Amino acid sequence: MAETVREAVIIGGNRIPFARAHGAYAKASNQDMLTSALNGLVARYGLQGQQLGAVSGGAVLKHSKNFNLVRESVLGTPLDPKTPAYDVQMACATGTEAIGSLANKIKLGQIDSGIGGGVDSISDAPIVVTDELRGILMEANRAKTLGARLKALAQIRPGHLAPQAPGTGEPRTGLSMGEHMAITAHQWGITREEQDELAAASHRNLSATYEQGFFDDLVTPFKGISKDNNMRGDSTVEKLAKLSPVFGKDLGEEATMTAANSTPLTDGASAVLLGSEEWADAHDLPKLANFVDYEQGAVDFVDGAEGLLMAPTYAAARMLTRNNLSFEDFEYFEIHEAFASTVLAQMKAWESAEFCRDKLGLDAPLGSIDRSKLNVTGSSLATGHPFAATGGRIVATLAKLLHGKPGKLGFISVCAAGGQGITAIIEGR
Amino acid sequence: MAKDSYTEFANTGFGRRITKALGLPQPAKLRRYSPGDPVIEGPVVLVGQSEASDLIAGRLLDWDLDVRRHVGPKEKVAAVVAVFDSAHSPANLSESVLELGGLLKQLKPSARVITVFRNPDHTEDPAARAARKGIEGLTRSLAHEMRAGGTANGLILHENLDPAAPSVAGALRFLLSGRSAFVSGQFITVDSVNGTLPEDWSAPLRNQVAVVTGAARGIGAAIARTLHRDGAQVIAVDIPAAGEQLTQVANQVSGTALQVDITEQDAAERILAHAEQHYGRLDIVVHNAGITRDKLLANMDAGRWDSVIAVNIESQLRMNQVFLDSELFSRTESTVGPRIVSLASTSGIAGNRGQTNYAASKAGVIGMVSAASAQLAARHGTINAVAPGFIETEMTAKMPMATREVARRLNSLSQGGRPEDVAETIAYLVSPAAAGTSGLTMRVCGQNLVGA
Repeated sequence: MAETVREAVIIGGNRIPFARAHGAYAKASNQDMLTSALNGLVARYGLQGQQLGAVSGGAVLKHSKNFNLVRESVLGTPLDPKTPAYDVQMACATGTEAIGSLANKIKLGQIDSGIGGGVDSISDAPIVVTDELRGILMEANRAKTLGARLKALAQIRPGHLAPQAPGTGEPRTGLSMGEHMAITAHQWGITREEQDELAAASHRNLSATYEQGFFDDLVTPFKGISKDNNMRGDSTVEKLAKLSPVFGKDLGEEATMTAANSTPLTDGASAVLLGSEEWADAHDLPKLANFVDYEQGAVDFVDGAEGLLMAPTYAAARMLTRNNLSFEDFEYFEIHEAFASTVLAQMKAWESAEFCRDKLGLDAPLGSIDRSKLNVTGSSLATGHPFAATGGRIVATLAKLLHGKPGKLGFISVCAAGGQGITAIIEGR
Repeated sequence: MAKDSYTEFANTGFGRRITKALGLPQPAKLRRYSPGDPVIEGPVVLVGQSEASDLIAGRLLDWDLDVRRHVGPKEKVAAVVAVFDSAHSPANLSESVLELGGLLKQLKPSARVITVFRNPDHTEDPAARAARKGIEGLTRSLAHEMRAGGTANGLILHENLDPAAPSVAGALRFLLSGRSAFVSGQFITVDSVNGTLPEDWSAPLRNQVAVVTGAARGIGAAIARTLHRDGAQVIAVDIPAAGEQLTQVANQVSGTALQVDITEQDAAERILAHAEQHYGRLDIVVHNAGITRDKLLANMDAGRWDSVIAVNIESQLRMNQVFLDSELFSRTESTVGPRIVSLASTSGIAGNRGQTNYAASKAGVIGMVSAASAQLAARHGTINAVAPGFIETEMTAKMPMATREVARRLNSLSQGGRPEDVAETIAYLVSPAAAGTSGLTMRVCGQNLVGA
């Protein structure tokens, strides 16, 4: 067995523009969007007919018919149909987990190349019937005679027919993610002003980055949309200050979370191409950055011991300790903006000597993050956040930012439902 | 692409009788090239006795063509190659011209007539130049007289050129084949012995890397497909907003998609970097991207004028300079150097109401290629332009029906061309077998009556 661990290289990425839910992509399925993102990646890097080691990805909101979503999407591309594919699901950490696990396979020499990514559609989300109606229908299905079938169906009452759309509520607390975040934000004393500032900066940065043509080789249009349509380049703190809070309303005057400093529901898909150095060279492909390491985390949020979206703080502490790194070693930070307050609460926690000592078990706080290195090309508040597609967006963007800066490091933090989270390190080359 | 119902009708038995009886245009189904097709099927008659004529006969025989000096009075003829190499004065054209005339009634559908002569500008002898210009005139007129999808074109040789030069063979083969279906009344000049003939005529662009701008749709997409069919590896370029269609084209041709706005200052650098990374070379540039912003000059605004000039000509001038200054594109080690083809337009030749901006940009392209040919020649390269006439595209499908119907019939073939017809001419001009032809603007217009 080979003992050496080799580099997993990020070659490039592609995504379709993210679109606000029930809009431009209302008629597109998860499979349509993921296939389009993959097709764009294949076209950009000339992968037609190639057999890759694996394609990994997923969707958070998924129809049961999409049990093989990624494999079905791959079959709709010019990739060699002998390319294996599998679905991954870890809520909003899905994309990063898919990419991280492929990187590990490449490092171990199990595969030479792979595509990781994800897709989500709120517009094409599965609508589920009530448990009562499902019970009746299953009973009718099991019935052996017409009489028994009719008897079963006769139990249906109008109230059973109300469809149930998927929500972002936590099954164990009944609270929405926004309500959970409002509690955490309040605990950490995150102000409305700093949330609005972060949101405005996100839009401003994203808009400026589009202007530079930075996304020309990261985004391929879909359904007539060529830029993320949630983006408001003219967003200002003054404009955002006029909005009323939508989460934590029971806090009254102290409620801070608005529709603008929270991510909107969004549709979209992303894909990232990875390979070994040898594979990239053999196929004349660029080597933007190395995928160095990643770490999952989870917290006990159910009884309120920790905030729902604080898991990345724990994962980061373990990951940095393992790699003997501190925040000062990083050139860029990509902290997924589920809500502006998520980013701010994580950063406050890392600055807190008490939190770092008592919760993370560190001798000293991890310290503060230089704001000029944070989400410099905009993040989810501006792009929107199609759950499983966010990881691919962040990894590809950060890899391009670090390209041409050999040895410079980038930090990724993504929170996820269920009190989970994921962090990663990539290194420019 | 709008359906040409008239041409379909005119090609039915009933339609043929009706259109003939009423004296209406009779657009024929044109012979178009598919890989594996013979150059041309049927006898190819050589008119004119000279050393050049013998060399050409030998070349045609190499391709297993049925080459004749004479045919029987009832025999069908596929093509006539009339070599006027030794025409010294208008008076001595007669014999060959009348021999050519005598064959015209025996021509098969989609037949070819090719006149071959020395460049009129290369002689100071008034009688010789008169004779050579005379051949031009007769070729143009004959093109108007051709029927049933037949075409007539000229091949003009440099005064001192050895008729055995590869590019003479390349031009002959292009004109005889279905690749030149919509080219009529045109002249191909061959000025140098540069060039090589392909080992495999079905893949003349093998191992070549080509960039095509505006490749997402229409003529650009057809160029990408045709260059790929001929063996080239294609970098498909278009503006980022056209990326979804560009992806489809790039995937169809197993090429790579590059989203870049060619009016960006660093567009050429980005194209070169992409070519270097993915292919390690760049041989061919096809400047196809273009826009129209029609308005009468009296109503023209800066936005319309400037954007058309910026996209259609300024960007090309800037990019060509960067390409030519780069080692990747400007290799000089072989007799086949870098090749550039630009899209001009018949509007740039004849002018068109409402298109002062577009015509200025496209006439500019014609000027650019004629001036830049010296620059390219220093690198054994070529630069040429192709001026499409009425081509059936998404753009022309949006024309009012009556205007479109008239525009289609206003050429010697009485029909619109296809994007593939333009692409075929470009594929020929960038092939190593055309390396002796440069500075030329070739029209692909079925000999449009506008802008002769």
